[in-house]
Amino acid sequence: MKYFIRKLGFYLVALWGAVTINFFLPRLIPGNPAEALMSRMALNGSAPPGEYKILLRLFGLDKGNIVTQYWSYLVQISHFNFGVSATQFPTPVTSIIYHSLPWTLMLIGTSTVLSFVIGTGLGALAGWKRNRFLDAIVPATTFLTATPYFWLALLFLYFFGVINHFFPLNGAYDPTLNPTWNWTFVSSAIQHAFLPGLTLVVAQLGGWLLSMRNMTLTTLSEDFVWTAEAKGIAPRRILLGYAARNAILPSVTGFAISLGFVVSGSIVMEMVFSYQGIGYQLLQAVQGDDYSLMQGIFFFISLAVLLANLMVDLLYGFIDPRTRQAR
Amino acid sequence: MTTFAQTVGTSSPTSGSKRIRSRIRNGWGTLRRSPRMFTGVIIIALFVLVAIYGALFVHDANSFGAPILRGPSLHYPLGTTQLGQNVLSQLIGSTGPTLEVGFGAGLIATFLAVAIGIGGAFIGGKSDELLNVFTNIILVIPVMPLVIVVASVLKAGGIGPMILVIAFTSWAGTARILRSLTLSMRSRDYILASKVSGEKTWRVVIVELLPNTVAFVVSGFIFTVIFAILTQAGLAFLGVGNTSALTWGNMLYWAQNDGVLQVGGWWWFVPPGLCIAMLGTGLALINFGLDEMLNPRLRSLRPVRTVSHEFDGESAGN
Repeated sequence: MKYFIRKLGFYLVALWGAVTINFFLPRLIPGNPAEALMSRMALNGSAPPGEYKILLRLFGLDKGNIVTQYWSYLVQISHFNFGVSATQFPTPVTSIIYHSLPWTLMLIGTSTVLSFVIGTGLGALAGWKRNRFLDAIVPATTFLTATPYFWLALLFLYFFGVINHFFPLNGAYDPTLNPTWNWTFVSSAIQHAFLPGLTLVVAQLGGWLLSMRNMTLTTLSEDFVWTAEAKGIAPRRILLGYAARNAILPSVTGFAISLGFVVSGSIVMEMVFSYQGIGYQLLQAVQGDDYSLMQGIFFFISLAVLLANLMVDLLYGFIDPRTRQAR
Repeated sequence: MTTFAQTVGTSSPTSGSKRIRSRIRNGWGTLRRSPRMFTGVIIIALFVLVAIYGALFVHDANSFGAPILRGPSLHYPLGTTQLGQNVLSQLIGSTGPTLEVGFGAGLIATFLAVAIGIGGAFIGGKSDELLNVFTNIILVIPVMPLVIVVASVLKAGGIGPMILVIAFTSWAGTARILRSLTLSMRSRDYILASKVSGEKTWRVVIVELLPNTVAFVVSGFIFTVIFAILTQAGLAFLGVGNTSALTWGNMLYWAQNDGVLQVGGWWWFVPPGLCIAMLGTGLALINFGLDEMLNPRLRSLRPVRTVSHEFDGESAGN
């Protein structure tokens, strides 16, 4: 319980840190960001009435000194009050996020789990049977880890969508269908999600594989593995019950960092597929100088990433009891 | 994290700095022994050469006037764009700026990581705890959305602001590794000895501690360079920042914007992405070599033990 509270506390502080950085970084730049944005919006002819006041409040520039401004900004955010979208006026920011976040969560969640399972499994094998053909995949996976997600998405789209018409070119579902829970719609959604999902699985695979391979190699020369071997325990059991079990721990710890990568990659990837997730909305917001929408999306992405990390941390305390007492 | 602690544990502390110095002296030998690192160094050297001497062959990479959207030919080895620009010229012209973003952000981030990670851990106490919480917070905040929001306000003019923003958001991973490394070394005898003998703190850190962390600092630097290049490419592809600057990410942005997929212009979008991936691979291979140097268990040389595994496997199979 104490472990849980401490973890929860840390992530609350992290969330506060995220919104605080978000508040102060634009302020380090000279000039009034609200005015700058307004003039750019006016050029595009997209500034809705009352937007200037909302912007001022979002930046916390409407009244008082920096301390009261900071406070009202925090109050604003803690009420999930991000105002109205400028590009999709007059839809509230929260409603746009409500409709787009589930698509991204499903996509990232499914592909990350798949990629973790496949990559970790292959990594354990590569570490176990090293210098055989599996070891030859190391350079290939290194190449994968250095590949930009969106470029991989472009390649897949080109081969499977443009040259061969296996998959639809864009969108999250067939726009002629009604978004309801029937088979036609769900199958259309799956068909549309296949290439984006494949991109995320393949792009992440290398990272999981390499870290698991290296940790398996390191663990295999530990004393307790020698002992198990000396006792004559079957090799398969040594790999699964002794080596892999311990080797997987750093991969779980590394989840926090990798999730940030995946979210970033997915944002850009969604643009390639015009997939109606949160990344696509963020892009629309950037192109239309829709600052309220950007702020809201940043907040909810941070929230989602931190929640996922909290869950992994709790899971970690479960699979490795030592961490619960540590510190 | 355990890997680092173990690796440091296996080398005897007093000879640590000497060993690293001799390793650097034997750099060539190391390169020859690690084919992966060798390949990586060759790749990076090629890109650096292109960045430096590319300007001799390409005067204005963005100049128009070539026929529009042609496939690779003798005259235009990588074809042309929708606007009649030479893809190969753009590719060469983009090499320098892309490397600048990567190495610039990498240098600044590594400096921050060393100052915060090593400095905090060596001083200890409350300031270390604070810095550690700060590091962990930066580590879990999703960087890309933050940079997108910040950069849109920055209206990042050139690559300078971009370098700064990426650097300020990417130092935390290295800092955490360096901190745990410093914590494990801080109470070693040779550090205590130099403290007791009256050495100033900064001298102990720079002369005694830092040399033993060089490999980790370099490895962190390389990771940050890869990260910065990928982040810059992603941001450029989204159209955040100055889209007229020459980088591989911006080439991909324009390709996507002009509907490269619909017209089937593979020669336009494949090379920039391939270059990013090759550059990243080269850097990652160098890191692989470093890893093998630090952790002998990862080397591809097959030790006696593994052979015994295989006997087990085969006898079990029969």
